[in-house]
Amino acid sequence: MLEKYGIIVNFVRAGYNESTKDVERSAMGKQSIRIPVVVLGMILLFLTGLILNIAIGSVPIAPLRIFTLLGQGIRIQMDSLIGAAHGGDAMHRFLTGSTEARILFSIRLPRILLAAILGGALAVSGFLLQSFFGNPIAGPFVLGISSGAKMIVGITMIFLLKNISFMNSAVMVAAAFAGSLLVTGVVLLFAQKVPNMSMLLVIGIMVSYLCGAVTDFCVTFADDQNIVNLTAWSMGSFSGADWEAVRFSFVICMAGLVLSWLLAKPMGAYALGEAYARSMGVPVKTFRISLILLSSMLSGCVTAFAGPVSFVGIAIPHITKSLTKTSRPGVVIPLSFLTGAVFCLYCDLLARTVFAPTELAISTVTSVFGAPVVIYMMIRRAKGHESGVAL
Amino acid sequence: MDGFSWTTGQTEGEYGMGDFSYFETKDLSVGYHGKALIHDICVSLKKGEILTLIGPNGAGKSTILKSIARQLQTIRGSVCVQGQNISEWNAREAACHLAVVLTDRIHPELMTCRELVAMGRYPYTNAVGRLTGEDRRRTEEALALVHGEELAEKDFMTLSDGQKQRILLARAICQDTEILVLDEPTAYLDIRYQVEILQILRRLAREKGSTILLSMQEIDLAYKFSDRLLCVKGDTIFAFGDPEEILSGDMVRELYDMEQGYYDALLGSVELPQVKGSPKVFVISGAGYGIPVYRKLQRDEIPFATGILFENDVDYAVACGLGSVVFSTGAFEPVGEETFLAAKEKMLEIGTVIDAGCPVGSYNQCNGMLLAAAREAGIRVIADVSEI
Repeated sequence: MLEKYGIIVNFVRAGYNESTKDVERSAMGKQSIRIPVVVLGMILLFLTGLILNIAIGSVPIAPLRIFTLLGQGIRIQMDSLIGAAHGGDAMHRFLTGSTEARILFSIRLPRILLAAILGGALAVSGFLLQSFFGNPIAGPFVLGISSGAKMIVGITMIFLLKNISFMNSAVMVAAAFAGSLLVTGVVLLFAQKVPNMSMLLVIGIMVSYLCGAVTDFCVTFADDQNIVNLTAWSMGSFSGADWEAVRFSFVICMAGLVLSWLLAKPMGAYALGEAYARSMGVPVKTFRISLILLSSMLSGCVTAFAGPVSFVGIAIPHITKSLTKTSRPGVVIPLSFLTGAVFCLYCDLLARTVFAPTELAISTVTSVFGAPVVIYMMIRRAKGHESGVAL
Repeated sequence: MDGFSWTTGQTEGEYGMGDFSYFETKDLSVGYHGKALIHDICVSLKKGEILTLIGPNGAGKSTILKSIARQLQTIRGSVCVQGQNISEWNAREAACHLAVVLTDRIHPELMTCRELVAMGRYPYTNAVGRLTGEDRRRTEEALALVHGEELAEKDFMTLSDGQKQRILLARAICQDTEILVLDEPTAYLDIRYQVEILQILRRLAREKGSTILLSMQEIDLAYKFSDRLLCVKGDTIFAFGDPEEILSGDMVRELYDMEQGYYDALLGSVELPQVKGSPKVFVISGAGYGIPVYRKLQRDEIPFATGILFENDVDYAVACGLGSVVFSTGAFEPVGEETFLAAKEKMLEIGTVIDAGCPVGSYNQCNGMLLAAAREAGIRVIADVSEI
């Protein structure tokens, strides 16, 4: 008798498990294929972009040669890391040995890596701001945050270079971070007064002009040598990349990425609005401050090393979400980073090759691709929510 | 039912079903920016009861609910659940005890309904929000409870208002709390969805023992569906108690400062104000045949007299609200000679009769006699208002 019951219970239980599995399967179905496909596609694009970026330039490097050189370089580097005799010397000899090796390791590779890291950082920074404002058209560039960073970095550059003639990466990043926070603070102050998002964008653009004016003012009274430095940088470019910048930005941006990803859970809840988030146990105040700090850190890092770069922060999260058909922060944050990296790789490739030997500013290229995406989003939003939604 | 397995929380023990102090507000004052708008709110509920806040627009129903849901700082007094002041809860504890459905319009991007509902598991998931099998099961249960299975894969933003409301309710249910606070869950919904939402809430209260606080505009529905009513008006509580006590007599008119119109609490029907003036037509009716005629006359602004009605006739309730003169007799009482003669006299004086079509049986023969008298006197007897 008991056994009989046992069988029935097991049967029922099995049936239940089956049905829940079915539900889960149908729920996950399309999604679970879509996301890995997008990730795979992005990785392929990234690798292709990497090779194209290395190969193309004033001195072309044949693709097969790239692998040989990379292999050699990495082996020498590994040897020096594990303390094999004269590692540094070997590297030096390797780099001076062939022009191609020197170009690859001293110029192209750091530039490529910097473009990828900063592009990713910018995308994540944008996504954090969008979560904060609950609006997909927020971004570090349109809200004037990049310009603020640029202003403070500019001022720091001029005065420090005048007095100490010394400017390292840490100072640059700190200055850019301070500038980002300053402008974010100002924008937030306005945000409390005007809840309307389109007004906020206008304010962002005005703040951006204001910061530009202050920067220009400082440039006018700076020494000639400084101006040369400053204008090249303030146009926005990855051209000045060196290994120190790569290391520094790698550490900061990876930290930023991981910390942002850890905020994915409350970000998901926050997408339902502040009140719902609070009702589910999100410590709203701490969470909002963390978003702003992280976002400023990431966009500040970008501005410090590459100057202001436009539209990546808005366009990339949007593209990522459209491709994956989800806005789950746990997915969008890492994938935006990857997509941003790919986007900036190709944009930088265009920037330095289309009118070679003249280089374009990176923003010139990102705007061409990014601005239409933003315009499209604004039109679609205006159509979608005519009634009573703050754009 | 349907194989749902609810955890019933603390149904037994010190604060069981029978204890009135399961949920309590003690001299609660609520308001904005440190200024109290409503004072001395004292409410106590048993576990599994439904409390509905009614009152005029802007009376502060939302303010009270938001304060109870910890979205607003309370000014004075306390809100206690099982004797514990809820301000002592930390954010997570609060989320495990109390879930909300708010009036805030939300715009989550590219979020499927299932994802939105699963968000209710927030307090129970780990640091990165991974859903366990249990979380998924709860999500499906909540979706099933609001009949939202077919919406699960849809983008929340593409839903209609009624569907959105059901999904938001599912999210709150999924949060698996003993207390639910809902601000106007039936607003902007058509009657079908209103009934559906209220039915789900009743089911939650009955099966899961959820204690539910909500606000509502529809007094008739509130009366039929709530265990307790709280009438909010001005800066204090107008009344708190059983719906039967509260909605009797002129309470509703006072609560809403209605100078015109008529509200019948028992039937839950609202009538427009009576047309003033001496009656121009006499309606012979009964058993509900009269109501459409009365309403039509009211719309055409024709004052009327009607009779002869038993006081337990459904026509009588509406006739009292709309008719200028009503001839009636007590419930289950035969019609007296006096009443009949008075009615006949009035009818002949008016000179026009509408026969609403009520059948004449052995207990309302007087109405048949009235009709006969009218024909005998040669006055107009019509069947429809439009013939006037």
